[in-house]
Amino acid sequence: MKNLLSIHDLGKAGIIDVMNVAESFAEVERRTMKKVPALKGKVVATLFFEESTRTRLSFETAAKRLSADVLSLSVASSSVKKGESLKDTLKTIESLGIDAVIIRHRSSGAPLQASRWLDDIAVINAGDGWHEHPSQGLLDAFTVRQAWAEDAGVKPIDTGAELFAGKRIVIVGDIAHSRVARSETLAYKALGADVVLCAPQTLLPSDTSSWGVEVTHDLDAELEQADLISVLRLQAERGSGECVPSLREFNADFAMTTTRLRALKPGARVTHPGPMVRGVEIASEVADDPRCLVTTQVTNGVAVRMAVLYLLLTGGNQGLEGVGQ
Amino acid sequence: MTIIQTARYGMAQEALAIVGGNVLTQTGLIRADVMVEEGIVTAIGLDLDLPVAAKVINAAGCVVGPGFVDLHTHLREPGKEQAETIATGARAAALGGYTAVVAMPNTDPVLDSAFVVRAVLDLGAVSTCEVAVAGAITVGRQGEALSPIAELAKLGVQLFTDDGSGVQHGGVARRALDYCRGLGVTYAEHCEDNAIAAGGVVHEGEWSAKLGLPGQPASAEEAMVARDLLLARELGARLHLLHLSTQGSVDLVRQAKAAGIKVTAEAAPHHFTLTDATLQSYDAVFKVNPPLRPDHHVQAIIQGFLDGTIDAVATDHAPHTKETKDLPFDEAPPGMLGLETAFSLTYERLVLGAKMSIEQLFQVMSTNPARIAGLDRSGARPYGHTPHGELVAVGNVANLVVVDLDATWTVDGSSFASLAANTPYEGRVMHGAIRHTVLRGEPVVLEGVATR
Repeated sequence: MKNLLSIHDLGKAGIIDVMNVAESFAEVERRTMKKVPALKGKVVATLFFEESTRTRLSFETAAKRLSADVLSLSVASSSVKKGESLKDTLKTIESLGIDAVIIRHRSSGAPLQASRWLDDIAVINAGDGWHEHPSQGLLDAFTVRQAWAEDAGVKPIDTGAELFAGKRIVIVGDIAHSRVARSETLAYKALGADVVLCAPQTLLPSDTSSWGVEVTHDLDAELEQADLISVLRLQAERGSGECVPSLREFNADFAMTTTRLRALKPGARVTHPGPMVRGVEIASEVADDPRCLVTTQVTNGVAVRMAVLYLLLTGGNQGLEGVGQ
Repeated sequence: MTIIQTARYGMAQEALAIVGGNVLTQTGLIRADVMVEEGIVTAIGLDLDLPVAAKVINAAGCVVGPGFVDLHTHLREPGKEQAETIATGARAAALGGYTAVVAMPNTDPVLDSAFVVRAVLDLGAVSTCEVAVAGAITVGRQGEALSPIAELAKLGVQLFTDDGSGVQHGGVARRALDYCRGLGVTYAEHCEDNAIAAGGVVHEGEWSAKLGLPGQPASAEEAMVARDLLLARELGARLHLLHLSTQGSVDLVRQAKAAGIKVTAEAAPHHFTLTDATLQSYDAVFKVNPPLRPDHHVQAIIQGFLDGTIDAVATDHAPHTKETKDLPFDEAPPGMLGLETAFSLTYERLVLGAKMSIEQLFQVMSTNPARIAGLDRSGARPYGHTPHGELVAVGNVANLVVVDLDATWTVDGSSFASLAANTPYEGRVMHGAIRHTVLRGEPVVLEGVATR
């Protein structure tokens, strides 16, 4: 695999590969000396055309832990402001001799287009429009597997996808405008879980008939059966505010409140890709509850992105030298 | 109304003999040679006495019929001459077998004044196909104040449209339709309700959902079709519907025709050839408005042609430069080239694929669009245009096309006469080719090559 544009690029085996390699890097994360030489001499560029805190920091940290050099293009101060096209910006970066470019763009499909325009550079999608955010989907699956493995008293790396079989995962919130929802759905489905999308009708994608998911508008009815609730934010900056009468009405039925937390079955978990708006789609008490994995997600993000960079840039053939296996 | 007839369309002086073809005449397809003198068909038959000086062109194994007429061409001049000019677009048209095209008014400046319209007609008059103009309905295509429709009608403009967008305000649409009715000209609508479309850049459905691209539902088109049909019924006005693309639109027009509403409709080759599954590549070459739709809509368009609900194939030829198509999908402009591929696609999809006859193909590509545009014998024939869309007959102006149904060719956008190369059919093997195009007796395309 050359690029990570969509969870589709990985398939079940690929997702498990990433998760297993990420387990090794998570070991590294727990050491005092967190750096490994795996990507020494490689150059990775981050190209973010949309605001981001955690994803960009997470990717850059991951690249640095692998000893790659990191170029960080700030769109605000670049030629893009002078009218340079995405294609030319990419071509410019390519001519600097980089090995991978990590792109976030407001337009769905921009990373795929970038992969067509670039010859030998790995393209990593760090979020494109409403389409996908594959590294987020991977780190969410990784985090959930870790939690379930701990419950079962086994090592995650030994479980493959088996812990996902028969699990019921409810993704709730603004599905229509969420790239996380699409990547999570693809990842969880590939790993064998049952996925339920829960949102008001106007925040669901127009046609999910080929997604192999259940669709519901009743979060409360799902709480007792769910093994995982993945809470998504209302993407007000993408115009989704107009899709519901008010935030108040949306939150009344679709926010993760303390009452709803209490209705979950024992062992059920809650994830949130961030940024969270406490008191809106997720109550502060829920966010801070041990069943909510949100800070673990952020921590794991680095290991998962290290795994993605490592697998794309070495083909996984280099061996996890100095990584601790 | 007085049409300002500016007789600027000269007839070819050289005699021409089109030999060996099957000629589409009043009595059907007959094996015959066609003699053309001073731009007029002077004889049809076998063993004609050819003048020594006649230029002989070979039509062996080909069909000789009336030149095609495109109701929907974006020539881009004035304003976007880097994508197309009247000269290059007309050459592309001739290569596509067209002897007349209707230039859409969404240029810069907009074709909403006599001055600009006259400039386009003048440039068209010296090009390789006849260029008629569709005038804007409203000033600047802003959907508010009516453009000088009567003044443009005096120049012979027969079609009025704000193409590129629909007239959003129902009151403005009704007034414009009524005003056009009074002048005997035709109101043509780009059917798209912007509020329902909600900024969608692709068809709303399975693929918009998967690809995370903002979708516009079929109802954005159909709502305006329905509105305009009701207005046309009430006013008794003539209405032409541009580039229909949905099953619901076809159903509405079918019912309207049955109810006697004076409506005509066109559809573009891409809407009976391509589906929205092509969007998986996020390649903006597939971005077009109305958007590509799922197969059941495609099939409904084909059915609409077969039962006469849709009157005309119209290309919606929309050249765009490479740099504007090399943008993120939602930022790129909609539109695709059409003139040089329309015949082959119509032949492949409607004749080979859906059992339409060759005679019907000439109906939907020549006779019907000529009538709708007022470019037929009885029409006003704006600006002294010669008649188009007539079956081949002695005494007619020789606006003819010679098509080779057995030829195959492969699409190469860079070899097109259009300045732009934004064809969605790159590399596709096409069936049926344009062999010669004859404009007022002049062979403007010979053996698939433009002569000027």
